Amino acid sequence: MKLTGNTSGSVLKSRDRSLVAISLPTIMWYLAFCYLPMFGMVIAFKRYRMVPGRGFIYSLFRGSEWVGIDNFRFLFLNPQMSLVIRNTIFYNLVFLLLDIVLPIGLSVGLSLISSNRFRAVSQAVSLLPYFLSWVVVSSLTYAFLSTDRGLINHALAHIGITPIAWYRTPAVWPWILILTHLWKSVGYFMVLYLSYISSIDKSLYDSAMMDGAATSQMIRYITLPHLKGIASVMVILSLGHILSTDFGLFYQVTRDSGSILSATETVDVYIYRALINNSDYGFSAAAGLLQNGIGCVLLLIVNYILNRMDPDNGLV
Amino acid sequence: MKISRSVERILKTIYVILGAGALTPIILIAIVSVSSDGSMLSRGYSFLPDSYSLDAYRYMIDHRAYIGHSFLLSIILTLCGTVLSLTLISTMAYVMSHRDFRYGKLYTALILIPMFFSGGLAATYAVNVQLYGLKDTFWTLLLPEACSGWYILVMRTYFRQSIPEETVGAARMDGASTLRIFTDIVLPMSKPIMVTVGLLKALNYWNSWYYAMLYISSNRKDLFPLQYVLYSLQKDVEFMANADAISGAVMADPPSESFRMAVTVLLILPVIFISPLFRKLSVRVEK
Repeated sequence: MKLTGNTSGSVLKSRDRSLVAISLPTIMWYLAFCYLPMFGMVIAFKRYRMVPGRGFIYSLFRGSEWVGIDNFRFLFLNPQMSLVIRNTIFYNLVFLLLDIVLPIGLSVGLSLISSNRFRAVSQAVSLLPYFLSWVVVSSLTYAFLSTDRGLINHALAHIGITPIAWYRTPAVWPWILILTHLWKSVGYFMVLYLSYISSIDKSLYDSAMMDGAATSQMIRYITLPHLKGIASVMVILSLGHILSTDFGLFYQVTRDSGSILSATETVDVYIYRALINNSDYGFSAAAGLLQNGIGCVLLLIVNYILNRMDPDNGLV
Repeated sequence: MKISRSVERILKTIYVILGAGALTPIILIAIVSVSSDGSMLSRGYSFLPDSYSLDAYRYMIDHRAYIGHSFLLSIILTLCGTVLSLTLISTMAYVMSHRDFRYGKLYTALILIPMFFSGGLAATYAVNVQLYGLKDTFWTLLLPEACSGWYILVMRTYFRQSIPEETVGAARMDGASTLRIFTDIVLPMSKPIMVTVGLLKALNYWNSWYYAMLYISSNRKDLFPLQYVLYSLQKDVEFMANADAISGAVMADPPSESFRMAVTVLLILPVIFISPLFRKLSVRVEK
């Protein structure tokens, strides 16, 4: 909505004043819920304690002493930290790979099916899991995995195999979590890629067909190149959150079971537990800062590299 | 693009199998919620229970004083949250849709930075609890997830692409104020995107449990959204017993297993009706 050239400067100025006024509520929300907590990150360099009867600001600046990088040193000395980081990166890389390969394959395949009705129903069905909360998903997985009543253990007992205490067996959890993640999000990404496929100019396919191109060639030279831009945005976004995970998947689906933590605990769960169970503000804040900082740096680097390769691929 | 009949048949089979896979857990839960407790003892959670029973739902109705309260809270939260989110998101998107807006760059930075960098859980928690005093309030369920930078960008793109400049220019010539142009011209022309973002935010609030887990104490059951009730039921088998003690209605033998599943079904139902509406999920952002 650009104003035309005949608008004078003063009209523009008063319009901009109105625009600022209109955006004020949202700006205030951003300051209160995004930017102020960013300054709260100072906690990472303090031994934070709440001074009784005093507010947050007083507690932070007067009541808590500076400890420099002590919280970070504590973080790196903690043997659990390396395991937690390893878990996080492992799951994120697996998800990154699967979330690109599977949905693109599925969306290309679905776009080949001629029946509109079939495509519409497929999309609606595959989106459903994405819109369920992790609490609900946890309830669904429990119906399969419960030790004494779960569907799987009853089926196993039926064919004479000893039931497995799923919530106490770490080795199976990478598979369970990957499967649950795919169940919930593959449909969403498929629909996303499909919307990009449906925006491809149909005449490209028509003229390729005229030239005698096979379907596989059209997929390879028209459809897939068209998806490169959105796929690289997905890569940038994922790498920018390389140390962050979907808290619900790792906390709710595992039912916060202590004995499988070696396979399931990620940075977010670790930070949550440190804060809620131990009220360890400094430690949590340091871990959070590390998580955010590394993600941000990685995001900028990958964005830069992809931009260099092809200016269409970058995010910003 | 043409594919042979047999290839199409194979593809269709694959999607039917995947679709069945997507629905299976939900069907299982629905069946378990109407299975009798006796059947669950002998067969576990099964697609084919020995006997059916509506005890779980009857129990839910008997305990409507408690479940009903949370259900109502979730609905109110969803409605208020959606209205608040749409207000915050659409006004900001409208402002940013002006390409020659003086602070355009500053605004873009303002909403982009939090998409990739946040204060982290500890700082956010400390600020929300100790500075704003949001613990154990309705506001803590409503405010922290009210806005979303991504949706602002999506809506800004929509405004730019779908509202003709001439229409806005003409209204301005007629002396319409900037706010007036937004409410009387831009909004009525943007129903599709408002509905899409509105429904996504509605699902967001309906599915919300995280903020309740962080900021609502376990003794403030009056502030539990339904999702958090289900979480509490899973966490703690004594939960319903405690609720009984509070509401004064004591039931001898609560059908706890099927009851949990019935609450799950109650939470899934609205999603089943809403999610088919997102078929054309063309949420895109121009650079």
